[in-house]
Amino acid sequence: MAKRIDLSDLDIFYGNFKAVEGVNMTVEPRAVTAFIGPSGCGKSTVLRTLNRMHEVIPGGRVEGKVLLDGQDLYGAGVDPVGVRRTVGMVFQRPNPFPTMTIRDNVAAGLKLNGLKDKKKLDEVVEKSLKGANLWNEVKDRLDKPGAGLSGGQQQRLCIARAIAVSPQVLLMDEPCSALDPISTLAIEDLINELKEKYTIVIVTHNMQQAARVSDQTAFFNLKATGQPGHLIEVDTTHKIFNNPSEKATEDYISGRFG
Amino acid sequence: MTAVPVQDSVTPHDAPQIDLSGRSGGRSLKNNIATVVMYLAFAIAVIPLVWILVSVIAKGGDLLLDSAWWTHSQSGITVRKEGGGAIHAIQGTLLQGLVTALISVPIGVLTAVYLVEYGRGKFAKAVSFMVDILTGVPSIVAGLFIYAVFMTTFGMTRAAIFVCLALTLLMIPTIVRSTEEMLKLVPNELREASYALGVPKWKTIFSVVLPTAFSGIVTGILLGLARVMGETAPLLILGPYTKAIASNLFSGNMATLPTMINQDRGEAITLPAHERIWAAALTLILLILLLNLLGRFASRFSKV
Repeated sequence: MAKRIDLSDLDIFYGNFKAVEGVNMTVEPRAVTAFIGPSGCGKSTVLRTLNRMHEVIPGGRVEGKVLLDGQDLYGAGVDPVGVRRTVGMVFQRPNPFPTMTIRDNVAAGLKLNGLKDKKKLDEVVEKSLKGANLWNEVKDRLDKPGAGLSGGQQQRLCIARAIAVSPQVLLMDEPCSALDPISTLAIEDLINELKEKYTIVIVTHNMQQAARVSDQTAFFNLKATGQPGHLIEVDTTHKIFNNPSEKATEDYISGRFG
Repeated sequence: MTAVPVQDSVTPHDAPQIDLSGRSGGRSLKNNIATVVMYLAFAIAVIPLVWILVSVIAKGGDLLLDSAWWTHSQSGITVRKEGGGAIHAIQGTLLQGLVTALISVPIGVLTAVYLVEYGRGKFAKAVSFMVDILTGVPSIVAGLFIYAVFMTTFGMTRAAIFVCLALTLLMIPTIVRSTEEMLKLVPNELREASYALGVPKWKTIFSVVLPTAFSGIVTGILLGLARVMGETAPLLILGPYTKAIASNLFSGNMATLPTMINQDRGEAITLPAHERIWAAALTLILLILLLNLLGRFASRFSKV
């Protein structure tokens, strides 16, 4: 089910501006990979190239290769819509569809792609909400609007929505940055469960969170403002946080900059 | 991490007191003048409005209370005779408004979708510029344009459908502008959430973006409709009046409230026809007020 992602010589552009340069790394399947680094270093940009969401922004383009189990996501004839069905995404701010009920929010991916079988949809809704640890809280109000939930619940709803289309990979762009510590804990527990089934990549500003949830950590940095971001090093989370190979990584993690 | 020691905040008892009472006379005078000027401007703006409403209600209100007004046409009624109603004109105004909306809404909404969701580069700028120009087209020019195309060039006879076409020209730009504003309010995150689920762009627009902006778009449509239903110039040019109920859009005359008001305008004010003019005006005001209220009501359900 879960897939490996190989990035090779990845350059990412916004129009003529090179935002990220020369990324080479492997994202392991059935594991959590964390992207850390200062703001503007390109970690979210790299994340968004993994499901071709980067090109949604006008002028966004990519050079180099992103291989999903050997298949180039940017190869000729690859449909970005198909890629996004395989590589799901959870965003920084919970963004349930405001016009839809809880049930419809979870079923949105399948419904909007043409699945009509109500029984099948209900099954998927239940399974996905259970998968996102939200079922018990919302099972009695599935037909209430999704926007009526608390922030943490909304974010789990978004995770349920993302896993409802049964992706191979789940990308999370600072999924807890808008949440309180208790909701954060709930999401982190969920990430731990989800990694049994999915390849997970998470961008986070919270170093403790990266240390808690991830198996592998990639540190990004940029030399100066206006320069493209780089991948400084990627290794097991244990190594990055205890004995990083690069001085820049150690400085960042310990809170010393420059 | 070392805890930062909390510094004892020393209250400077001996520091000189700042004078907070000082409101200089000049400043407070200016403030009072500004207040008076603004209230005055408001009063000046409201006077003609209240005046119109009071005189229209006073002179036409009685007829509206008569049930015949809402059920009968002016068929067989002369300017010197009392009686009859305005149903022929009410029906004509509503029918033409409906047809105008049916033509304008799809074109206007989809143009706005193009401008917000797809439009990049020169063509989109050109479209946007054209919409701006259309917004400023006087209604009589729209009416004359349709007349020049269909009557002068193609030799067709005047009919209600041509009125609708002229009104469409006036309604499309208002719908485009209001829909555009509403679509811009839909957070980009919702579009991204939908794309990230592997939903194609067109489906995202129709299933996520448009429903989210729906009530705002409806408000814009109703306000636009309220505006064109009161338009008179195209009606005078393209829609000849009749006293009878008519529902054929493609041939024959069709009455509307503005043309009904205009019809007996020249008659002496002592005649019964004159009271009907005021009543028709009041009916039109009420109809448009109703649409405006509906529009405001729809905006309450906004999700953005």
